[in-house]
Amino acid sequence: MNVMMLLEMASAAFPERLAFTDGSSGTSFTYQQLFDAARKRAATIQASGASRLVKLDVSNLSTPLSLFASAWAGVPYVPLNYRLTDAEIQALLARVTPAYLVTDAERVSELGASAAVNATSTQSFLDDAQHREALEGSWAMDPEEIAVLLFTSGTTGEPKAAVLRHKHLVSYILGSVEFAGADENDAALVCVPPYHIAGIAAIMSSVYSGRHVVQLPNFTAEAWIALARQHNISTAFVVPTMLARIVECLEAEGAADAQMPNLASLSYGGGKMPLSVIEKAMQLFPNTDFSNAYGLTETSSTICVLGPEEHRQAARATAADERRRLVSVGQPLPGVEIEIRDEEGRSVPAGARGEIYVRGEQVSGEYEGRGSVVDSEGWFPTRDAGSLDADGYLYLEGRADDVIVRGGENLSPGEIEDVLMAHPAIADAAVVGIASKQWGEAVAAAVVAKAGSQIEVTELQEFVQARLRSSRVPEVIQVWPELPYNETGKLLRRVVRSELGEAAEA
Amino acid sequence: MVQALCQRLLECLESAIGFLFAQIGEGQVTALKMGARLKSAVCEGEIMVVMAPDAEISMTCGGVAMVDAAESVTPSGDVHPDHSVGVVMGKRYIDEAETLEVLCVKSGDGSLAANGALLLQKDTKKLPKTD
Repeated sequence: MNVMMLLEMASAAFPERLAFTDGSSGTSFTYQQLFDAARKRAATIQASGASRLVKLDVSNLSTPLSLFASAWAGVPYVPLNYRLTDAEIQALLARVTPAYLVTDAERVSELGASAAVNATSTQSFLDDAQHREALEGSWAMDPEEIAVLLFTSGTTGEPKAAVLRHKHLVSYILGSVEFAGADENDAALVCVPPYHIAGIAAIMSSVYSGRHVVQLPNFTAEAWIALARQHNISTAFVVPTMLARIVECLEAEGAADAQMPNLASLSYGGGKMPLSVIEKAMQLFPNTDFSNAYGLTETSSTICVLGPEEHRQAARATAADERRRLVSVGQPLPGVEIEIRDEEGRSVPAGARGEIYVRGEQVSGEYEGRGSVVDSEGWFPTRDAGSLDADGYLYLEGRADDVIVRGGENLSPGEIEDVLMAHPAIADAAVVGIASKQWGEAVAAAVVAKAGSQIEVTELQEFVQARLRSSRVPEVIQVWPELPYNETGKLLRRVVRSELGEAAEA
Repeated sequence: MVQALCQRLLECLESAIGFLFAQIGEGQVTALKMGARLKSAVCEGEIMVVMAPDAEISMTCGGVAMVDAAESVTPSGDVHPDHSVGVVMGKRYIDEAETLEVLCVKSGDGSLAANGALLLQKDTKKLPKTD
């Protein structure tokens, strides 16, 4: 079992088909070219004596090449976040040596100075003439070998390196993607960065389905819209903040719809999608299938999906509980089980909030140097809070660590955010706990007003009061121009917490 | 009379031996490991084991024992007519008990069987595209 097998099958089935196109340079690989290039780079990696291939640059043709060549050479693929500071990058790099590093030309001399790092530029890595030898023989089929080491974006402490073995990634692809299922004219626009699990999953699932991938290295809504139209993109994945910008940009164009008739499916995930954004997007893309995917690095990407038909049904519904399904992340994939547990680890009934546990072949739950956090029955605690409804639809409520403890009562920020977001003047909302002498923690909210709307703090507090118990009414509410998100759409709660905390003290 | 009985006994013995040989001809039984790659001895077919029970299995393609994919054996001989529907790249195959699952990684003319029983093609549930 090896992810190279996915590429081998694709290159045997459609050798001449376009596999990847770098959206900024316009250069491409066919499936056969990618397969042949991987064989040569595997020889280079093995000859270097490195035990890891580290990748540090934006998406380009060397991204899929690095993933598959590592798999062929039998070394883990380690994509690093190029937005980190130099010191952070050096610290992570030191944890994965001896390394063969593929990075931007301007970083080669500095990062390659260490004897344990064999650095090469992206350009040299891609230049076929510099990799003459092709590796003899096939890749290892041991399902236990490590395919990918992915540093999680942990907001506290040292980043953890999640271990994804070939068996996890291959199980995920076999369980969720139909081989050769894509049409020759299909094209996927990939704009998530290569160090994000969704970026890795996109490479593998596109290859296995035989879909052409167009890479957008640095996301802007304008560039995304232009590439989608230029390449007749048929499918794309975005994080919620990206979709919000795309919607804004299309609205600024003033057109009634997005004018992307080929865009058959648009999926999103990686953070909470505001109801107003998805509703607006569904109007702008009337013929597009929307899917909401929920997954984690530790679960080899997607574990739950809310499909297109469920989106349409919820959008058509008038009853509040049916309409609410639009913010659900759907039901588990085949072969994946979800359970909600309370603090004592007991399974809770439908509707009750707790921590999300997941089990399945694609679930790793293992960190390098720390071992596995999966229990003896295979369950992985996600640290995400959520609830399942009576029909098995999963709703996310933020991180389990984000629970606000006010006077001994556990409050879920997600529940309060949902109510705030239902207010007609609110475009976005974040609820956090701030230090309080009286309660231990108090509820505070940062909200963003919709364009042209005014927000009255006391009126907003009354709005929450009318819908939830009084303990859940934010004592502090601030109106901000926007909320802080990282580049992959994760709300930076600690930033919200510290700013609201300071404001409350002042 | 005695002669006829002896003749009958001999026939029985022969068919029993023949049956035994047919079983051996079907291939050595081995424990299949997840991730293992096997190829057909009679066609281009090749598979990878996705899931296997903790038991010895005689895995055949085209009615003939499959070999380790790393072995340098060129396919020869005939596909057994009862095992000739073929295997299709990208399709998964399971046994009746759903304890054995393999993925076809190269198409071939022979059909897959475990312990003599033909494997069934597994349907992949059509899922929304999410990556």
